[in-house]
Amino acid sequence: MADMLKKVPVREQDAKVRATNFEEVCLGYNLEEAMDEATRCLNCKNAKCIQGCPVSIDIPAFIQEVKEGNIEEAYKVIGKSSALPAICGRVCPQESQCEGKCIRGIKGEPVSIGKLERFVADYALENDIKPVGAEKMNGHKVAVIGSGPAGLTCAGDLAKLGYDVTVFEALHELGGVLVYGIPEFRLPKQKVVAKEIEKVKELGVKFETNVVIGKSTTIDQLMEEEGFEAVFIGSGAGLPMFMGIPGENANEVFSANEYLTRSNLMKAFDDSYDTPIAAGKKVAVVGGGNVAMDAARTALRLGADVHIVYRRSEAELPARVEEVHHAKKEGVIFDLLTNPKKINVDENGNITSMTVIKMELGEPDASGRRRPVEIPGSEYDIEVDTVIMSLGTSPNPLISSTTKGLETNRRKCIVADEENGQTSKEGVFAGGDAVTGAATVILAMGAGKAGAKGIDEYLKGKDK
Amino acid sequence: MYQIMRAEKLADKIFLMDVHAPRVAQHCQPGQFVIVKMDEKGERIPLTICDYDREAGTITIVVQEVGASTTKMGTLKESDYFRDFTGPLGCASEFVHEDIEALKNKKMLFVAGGVGAAPVYPQVKWLHEHGIDADVIVGAKTKDMLILEDEMKAVAGNYYPCTDDGTYGHAGMVTTMVEKLVNNGNKYDVCIAIGPMIMMKFVCLLTKKLEIPTIVSMNPIMVDGTGMCGACRLQVGDEIKFACVDGPEFDGDLVDFDQAMKRSQMYRTAEGRAMLKLQEGDTHHGGCGHCGGDE
Repeated sequence: MADMLKKVPVREQDAKVRATNFEEVCLGYNLEEAMDEATRCLNCKNAKCIQGCPVSIDIPAFIQEVKEGNIEEAYKVIGKSSALPAICGRVCPQESQCEGKCIRGIKGEPVSIGKLERFVADYALENDIKPVGAEKMNGHKVAVIGSGPAGLTCAGDLAKLGYDVTVFEALHELGGVLVYGIPEFRLPKQKVVAKEIEKVKELGVKFETNVVIGKSTTIDQLMEEEGFEAVFIGSGAGLPMFMGIPGENANEVFSANEYLTRSNLMKAFDDSYDTPIAAGKKVAVVGGGNVAMDAARTALRLGADVHIVYRRSEAELPARVEEVHHAKKEGVIFDLLTNPKKINVDENGNITSMTVIKMELGEPDASGRRRPVEIPGSEYDIEVDTVIMSLGTSPNPLISSTTKGLETNRRKCIVADEENGQTSKEGVFAGGDAVTGAATVILAMGAGKAGAKGIDEYLKGKDK
Repeated sequence: MYQIMRAEKLADKIFLMDVHAPRVAQHCQPGQFVIVKMDEKGERIPLTICDYDREAGTITIVVQEVGASTTKMGTLKESDYFRDFTGPLGCASEFVHEDIEALKNKKMLFVAGGVGAAPVYPQVKWLHEHGIDADVIVGAKTKDMLILEDEMKAVAGNYYPCTDDGTYGHAGMVTTMVEKLVNNGNKYDVCIAIGPMIMMKFVCLLTKKLEIPTIVSMNPIMVDGTGMCGACRLQVGDEIKFACVDGPEFDGDLVDFDQAMKRSQMYRTAEGRAMLKLQEGDTHHGGCGHCGGDE
């Protein structure tokens, strides 16, 4: 019987062992553990958890099915709202969404909704339970740009409504940030991502890889020449930012995007793949977000001593608490209230060390967080051979600069209505990081859902 | 999958292929490039576009064997396939967007080194098709390494081959040919230099002295080629530019070539090991008693 105040603990790979491999860290629940945890759900009439979910999964309903051991039924409940539950169960920040609202959380720990979702989704993948598709096609062609979380969700939802959907992906693999950004040890590529995309294909969605919209063709051409009646842009975040400090173009300075792309998408960690990675022995990761944690934990697994260098204090780390906790346990060292000043290089352009400065927190800035201020004279050198910059991204102009009448904002993000994804251009909808700037997988999925709804309403309106 | 419609050896370790990639062929412009991936485990390799046939839907690429991946690519034959072929990437050459009449009044000089002749060719061809004849210098180590000569002759105004060893054409580096032309009274409004970084660096040093604005096409290390990773970043004047989305062509006077050359050396050891693995089935990992690999 479960302790009503505490989550049924989830099994994980031992920290010492997992720091040396790329296998998944969290092992997930088994049937018995899942059914046990499900008994903790109060099945609230006015369920707060649903309000916390960006795609509004009927959480109490699926958990009641788990409690009874009806896992296939539970999957169907989730499937009504989410096309990618095995992914969400792993990477959603549940603590600030569904679980953050759970009534159980007032006195004890909230119900482990994320781990239950993951269990149900993995069960469906393992037992090849088919998603429920459209009864008949409606004949309308829709193009989706980008096969990341926003695009996959939008495509899945539209296919369920009977649309003829084609997803265009710029890279050679499907999944966007799910394959190039998030590491294997957090989100297995073959076991989870590829299989979950397979489910979207089973709904009838077509995929075309190696198509860079804005280059290989344009949105205007898709609509005018290829007969697409509506387009959803889910092209993701974009160009990595750098600090602009001296030495930043040294050989072993990478953007987190490059480091992660080499390891995740190109599988540089596996010797049988051709793409190399200069893993480093002493690595500094600059930044404190989830991407910084991913880069740090990847470097660790590639054999490096790893420091996170972050200019604010632990309380301001933008990464999920669980990720920070995992990184610490695995041996990543946090140099907080510390900021790089310059990267020192030898005559061949290789890094010898990095000069950093101590910071203190001043008055709150526009983001509401206390602004870090340099402490004069506190510079010192840290010995590193590799620096990974994880400072966020700025939007990629490829699509906005090649699409007539597509409005962008001051930050060069595409302007789109939050409710339905409508952009300034008729028939064109957008969502995810291309609209918001770098955010989370689930927020992108929520935007993909809104976009699908917007496109459905738009095309139905045209039919009348 | 992208089928190879024609494969041909141009010179030692240099080969040409026509690849069926209709979307790329439909949209590419001179100055742009593609990224190819041979198989599941291969690297993403940026290659310049040498020619295109919009009707046949093919792209012509020229590859020089320099590392393990390009050497493997050299084994591909007609009717084989590339797993992935993406493009066109990067921006088109600036002159594509210029007014044709204004362009006709400009005297243009192209300087190509080695396989740099491949990306120069579609630019000269485009100009030729628009009624503009540009002068073209093509340099190679030796006569047998000179590529695309007939094709280039057919579209260039004046064609000046050069070989380092004097086995054909002008004897000496391309820079000495540029000097010779200018000393002979030729005036150029713009120079476009494409080849190894070291060649482009020295062409730019010379043309700066000669006061000829010069455009270069940069070929740094890339991964995705769509702006996502920043591996291809370059110092151009006081800005950091990404060759894949901002380039590949830049004002040669502003490019920090020394830094770019250092950056392009960074995987040399890894490439060397990959090459040994390809040739010998495995790399040296100790056992010799000297290298410390046994410990």
